[in-house]
Amino acid sequence: MRTDREPGVSRAPEAFPFPEHPRLLEGVRAYGLIMAMWVRSTMAYRASFAMTVLGDFAVTAFDFVTILLMFTHVDALGGYTLPEIALLYGLSATAFGLCDMLLGSMDRVGRRVRDGTLDTLLVRPVPVLAQVAADRFALRRLGRITQGLLVLGYALVALDIAWTPLKVLMLPMMVLSGAAIFGAVFVAGAAFQFVAQDASEVQNSFTYGGTTLLQYPPTIFAKDLVRGVTFVVPLAFVSWLPALYVLDREYPLDLPEWVAFLPPLVAVACWALRGSRGGRGCGPIGARAVERQ
Amino acid sequence: MGMGDGTSTDTGTGTGAGVGTSPATDAATDAPGASGAASPAAAGKAPATGVDSDGFITLDGVEKVFQVRRRTGLLRRERREVRAVDGISFTVARGEMVGYIGPNGAGKSTTIKMLTGILTPSGGRLRVAGIDPSRERTRLAHRIGVVFGQRTTLWWDLPLRDSYRLMHRMYRIPDRRYRENLDRCVELLDLGELLDVPVRQLSLGQRMRGDIAAALLHDPEVLYLDEPTIGLDVISKTKVRRFLKELNTERGTTVLLTTHDLTDIEQLCNRVMVIDHGRLMYDGSLAGLHEVGESERMLVVDLESELPPIVLESAAPGGGPVLRAVKVEGPRQWLAFPAAASAAPLVARIAADYPLVDLSVREPDIEAVIARMYESAP
Repeated sequence: MRTDREPGVSRAPEAFPFPEHPRLLEGVRAYGLIMAMWVRSTMAYRASFAMTVLGDFAVTAFDFVTILLMFTHVDALGGYTLPEIALLYGLSATAFGLCDMLLGSMDRVGRRVRDGTLDTLLVRPVPVLAQVAADRFALRRLGRITQGLLVLGYALVALDIAWTPLKVLMLPMMVLSGAAIFGAVFVAGAAFQFVAQDASEVQNSFTYGGTTLLQYPPTIFAKDLVRGVTFVVPLAFVSWLPALYVLDREYPLDLPEWVAFLPPLVAVACWALRGSRGGRGCGPIGARAVERQ
Repeated sequence: MGMGDGTSTDTGTGTGAGVGTSPATDAATDAPGASGAASPAAAGKAPATGVDSDGFITLDGVEKVFQVRRRTGLLRRERREVRAVDGISFTVARGEMVGYIGPNGAGKSTTIKMLTGILTPSGGRLRVAGIDPSRERTRLAHRIGVVFGQRTTLWWDLPLRDSYRLMHRMYRIPDRRYRENLDRCVELLDLGELLDVPVRQLSLGQRMRGDIAAALLHDPEVLYLDEPTIGLDVISKTKVRRFLKELNTERGTTVLLTTHDLTDIEQLCNRVMVIDHGRLMYDGSLAGLHEVGESERMLVVDLESELPPIVLESAAPGGGPVLRAVKVEGPRQWLAFPAAASAAPLVARIAADYPLVDLSVREPDIEAVIARMYESAP
């Protein structure tokens, strides 16, 4: 603004141009950059990384071992056989594992708000949501994904499904939109933490709790619970509804057949709803962050 | 706006024009009518139109009020308002180096957070480089550098170089510019040996230098430093100060720093702002602050033997004592003299008249200066 400088004082170089980029792309790019840093940080301790992957694999595998043990005493659970339940389990675990790897550390945002380290993210020129999502990116969660995929593989081999092109397409769609739906729940949970500050356990009940719920057939749960996870927190769309279509099973709550194809739409809707809440939360974020110091 | 403002007006206009170089240059370059507004103390009172266009950083009656809820019973909660920043107005011109001081909880960090866009002011108007920080935080981020003294932005497990590469890509710094800036920072901050060392292995001083470099790679026009020398040893402090001085004079980067160390201010800043209870108590030169606070520095001398308390009379006739012993402990004496006075001639006189073995100078601390400011206020 001022042109008349004192002689002898050299001017700072002109700011370099930084053209505006679309927020979404900028966010994805930033996510990639930060994720790469975390992967490299993880690789600074290779042995520890190998052990945690193994640990993650083993711990989540115990969930399925529980189901196996159950089936040593019964032949069917809620009318479902072991391979059928394995399909539900595999889908839910893979979708959740994928999401958990990509966004799983979002529940840490509460801690960042409290210890004030969120400030360092807020002064950077990239979307905060992307930075928070990539925070502490945990490659070790490959263990959970591997475990889910193995169970899914077993289910597909053991089941005798009348395959149609639609049913084949349904599998990757389920995993991807399932991960996206879980992701929206994570983001909504993170946004909630700006208000509640320390509510990662509430969030966990929907995410980790949700995935466990989905590993069992809907027939064993009370109707109201099934209603809740269909219409309120739409977790039923992650695996139940599309998987039941693949299995040619009856839907819960007398839902029509076409709901099986809704998961991508549900995922988009969830993100439209949650994403904007999470991204715009900066006002309260900062205020809370300061109050806590 | 009570006693604080009265104090700063009285002294700011007196000392600001003579000692503070930046207000003086402002007055010289501006239209005659605007010279009053450019004087630091008046800036708080007259945020007139002229100030707005000239100031690189402009605050006009900025407030920040927090709603704090406290549990008073099992279910009852009490809602309380905390005014962390209570109507602050000031202007910082491009290329100024300003110290922002005050006791803990005075509102320093809150101000910095509003200047970076992390916090939205509850009231008033705030502009940095013409940008409203809280509304265009991401756009502003390209133009500012921030160093939080106690929170590193470096990657703990990775070599220092990797953190810089991330900045390079995140801020989309042109390759040549990045290399030039990195080379310059590495040279001036003595980071050459450290680039390939994981950050977790760096000492606090090394890490602080690393953090400062990280904040400057994208050529920010203004650098905010929150306690940049906290916890550092003397050598590290000196390195950091020398670098900041150079950054300000050579590159014209505007620097705003908060600190508890008056030496930082003394060696770096022409202008100092004192904030307490969310209000601007003083805005002017450091010498002026000492005058307001009537603060004294302490010369601690070790003599060869136990001697009666030393008193030095002013050289001018009838001037009264300029230095007096306030405490004697064997051969060691504590001698107080006005903080604004130079220590060199006093030391010379003592060395000439007394068997001096050793000596050190102790600076007054900010808390003491501010406490005296309160006492001396009408």
